[in-house]
Amino acid sequence: MIVEPVAPGRGVLETTLRDRRESGHKLLVPYVTGGMDDEWLVTVEAVAGAGADAIEVGIPFSDPMIDGPVIQEASLRALGRGTTPAGILADLGRLHVGIPVVVMTYYNLIYRAGHQRIAGLMAESGVSGAIIPDLPLEELEPWAQAADDAGIATVLLVAPSTPRERIAAICRRSRGFVYGVGRMGVTGEQSSLAGSAREVAERVRAATELPVCIGIGVSTPEQAATVCEVADGVVVGSALVRRLLEGAGPVGAAEFVSSLRVALDGG
Amino acid sequence: MSGPHSDARSLSESGLIMGDPGPTGRFGEFGGRFVPEALVPACMELEASFRQAWIDPAFRRELDHLLHSYGGRPTPVTECLRLSEELGVRVLLKREDLAHTGSHKINNVVGQALLARRMGKKRLIAETGAGQHGVATATAAALFGMECVVYMGAVDMERQALNVFRMELLGAEVRSVESGSRTLKDAVNEALRDWVASVDTTHYCLGSVMGPHPYPWMVRELQRVVGDESRAQCRQILDGKDPDVVVACAGGGSNAAGTFAGFADGTSSVLVGVEAAGGAAMHNGIPGVLHGMRSALMQDESGQILEAESISAGLDYPGIGPEHAHLAAIGRARYETAGDTEVVEAFQRLSKTEGIIPALESAHAVAWVIRVAGTEVLPTGSTVLITLSGRGDKDVAQVRDILRRGGTTPR
Repeated sequence: MIVEPVAPGRGVLETTLRDRRESGHKLLVPYVTGGMDDEWLVTVEAVAGAGADAIEVGIPFSDPMIDGPVIQEASLRALGRGTTPAGILADLGRLHVGIPVVVMTYYNLIYRAGHQRIAGLMAESGVSGAIIPDLPLEELEPWAQAADDAGIATVLLVAPSTPRERIAAICRRSRGFVYGVGRMGVTGEQSSLAGSAREVAERVRAATELPVCIGIGVSTPEQAATVCEVADGVVVGSALVRRLLEGAGPVGAAEFVSSLRVALDGG
Repeated sequence: MSGPHSDARSLSESGLIMGDPGPTGRFGEFGGRFVPEALVPACMELEASFRQAWIDPAFRRELDHLLHSYGGRPTPVTECLRLSEELGVRVLLKREDLAHTGSHKINNVVGQALLARRMGKKRLIAETGAGQHGVATATAAALFGMECVVYMGAVDMERQALNVFRMELLGAEVRSVESGSRTLKDAVNEALRDWVASVDTTHYCLGSVMGPHPYPWMVRELQRVVGDESRAQCRQILDGKDPDVVVACAGGGSNAAGTFAGFADGTSSVLVGVEAAGGAAMHNGIPGVLHGMRSALMQDESGQILEAESISAGLDYPGIGPEHAHLAAIGRARYETAGDTEVVEAFQRLSKTEGIIPALESAHAVAWVIRVAGTEVLPTGSTVLITLSGRGDKDVAQVRDILRRGGTTPR
C-alpha cells in the first residue's frame, strides 16, 4: 500500500489526497460494489490504474436506503453470491492498488460486527477510510473513536440541507476528506448536474482545509469537470456500476474512469 | 453533543416509564436517529414542531375535535360475555376497529397531517403493510387537501388488493415496491428514499412507533389516546380497578405502544405485546440499526436483515419500535408470539362468539389470550384487556381462500 510518510494526526487518506490536491491535481474517487461479480477485484485494480486517486468499495447491505436502483441491484447481486463484510475485507487485504481504499457501508454491519473488531479488520486489510451514510454526527461515537484508534479515517457527509453551523461541526469531525452530497436524493445518474452540487462544494470549501469531494448525482466527465471548478474532487458510483452491471467488465470500467480523468485534467 | 447517558437521565428525570425520550430520542439503549445527513435537519425540525404543537392548547383542541367529530372517538370498550364464559377469564376489547378507516391508524395520521399543515408541507408520503396505515394517510390527505403517495410492497398489494383500491379512491397514488422482500420493510426503504429527495415539500407520515427520533415518541404520544381512554373505561367497568393483563399485537408496535402508555405508569397491569411468529423481532431478534433506529432486529450473523414472514401483512416486519425493546429490557412489558394457524382460529372464534371480525393483526392478541387463558399467565377469574387494533373486513377474502384450501399458508 502507500508508503509515503504520514503527518502526525493525519492518516494515509488525508495525506495522499492533500498531496495530490496541492500538486494542482483534481481528485477522482470511483466506487465499486464489493462482490458484485466474479471480477470485482480485477475491476478495482483496473480502475485504480486508470487515474483514480482513491477507490471506494461498497460492502453490500440488505437494505441500502440511500442508494438508488443501480447500486441496489449491484448489492443484491453481491449478496446473492454470498458476499459478507469479512469476505470483502479479506479480499481487499490481498489487493495491491497503490492508492487508498475507502469502504462504504451501512451502520448495522459495523454495529453487528463490533466497532473495535471491524475497525481492526479494516486496518489489517489495508483499508484507510470508511463512509457510513446512515451514521450522522450525533450518533457517530463510539464508532469514530474506534476508527480513530485503528487509524481508519471516518469520512463524514454534508448535504445540501445541512445548515452552516452544522457544516462546521461535521468538517471538524470528518477525517480523510469531506464528502459533499451533490443533490437531495439517493445515489443515481442524472442527465444534468444539480445546482446544489456547486453550492455544497462552495460551502464546504469555506469551512475546512480538508479535501472536498462531491458525490451523488455526478455521472459524466463533463459534470465531474464542472463540479471540480469548485470542489477538490468527485466520487462517481452509479455511472460506473451501471456499466459494470451491463457487462462492461474491468476494461470498460477502466475506459470510463480514464475519460473522467481526462476531463478532470482539463482534456 | 449528548451521549446515551444524558438520554437515560432525561427519561428517569421525567419520573415516567413511558416519558419523553429527550433530545436524542433514547429509550434506554434503544432509539436514536440513524439517518443520512440529508434527513437530519428535517428530523430536527419535525421534533421541534411536534414539541411545540404538543404543548399548544389550540393544536390539542383541534386534534381532539377531529378525532371526535371525524375519527369517531372515543371508541368503546366491549365486554366479551360469551368468550369470557368459554375461557374462564373476563375479556374486554378496546374497539379501535370502530374508529374511522377501521383501525387505530387514524389517531396517528390525523395528528401528523395537522402537524404537516402547521409546518407548511403540502405532500404526505407513507409506507404501508396491510394497507391500514396507507388508507388512513390517504384519508387524512383527502381531509386536508394534500397530495399523497403510499409505498406498498408488491406482495402486500396482492394480499390487500381491496385496500389498494380504497387508497386510490381516496385520491392517493399507490406505488408498488419491487425491491427486497417486497413487503413492509422495503416499503419503508422506498418511502425514506422519496423523502430524501422531497423533504422540502413533503412530510413523511410514518405509521408506527419506529424510525428515527422523533417518530417512535411522537407516534406513541399520538396513539396514547387508546391507552388513556382504555384505562378510564376499564375502571368504570371493573369498579375502579385496572385489568390484570393488557394485550396488544405488535408489528412496529403502535397500537401496543399507545395502549401501554395508558397503563405503564401508575398500574400494575401486566403488559403483553404479541408478535407474529414469523416476524418476532423481540423473540428472535438482536439489537441492530435499521430505518433510523436502534432496536431488536431479525438479522443474520453479518447484520443483513432477514425477511419476516407472516399471514398478516401488518406484522410482516423484521423489527419493532425501540421503546418496546426498552420496555422488555426493563421488564415492564413482555413479548409473546402467535402462529398463523392459531391466528386464523382466533379470527373465526371471535367472529362466531362475539360478532366481531378482527383484523388478522389484532387476531394475534386474541389468539394468545385464548392459548394462555386458565394458565399461570392468565389465571381463571382474572381480567384481560385486548386492544382490537382493527377490523377484519380487509382480511375476509384472504381467510376465505385459506379455509377453502383447508389450512393456513403464509402467502
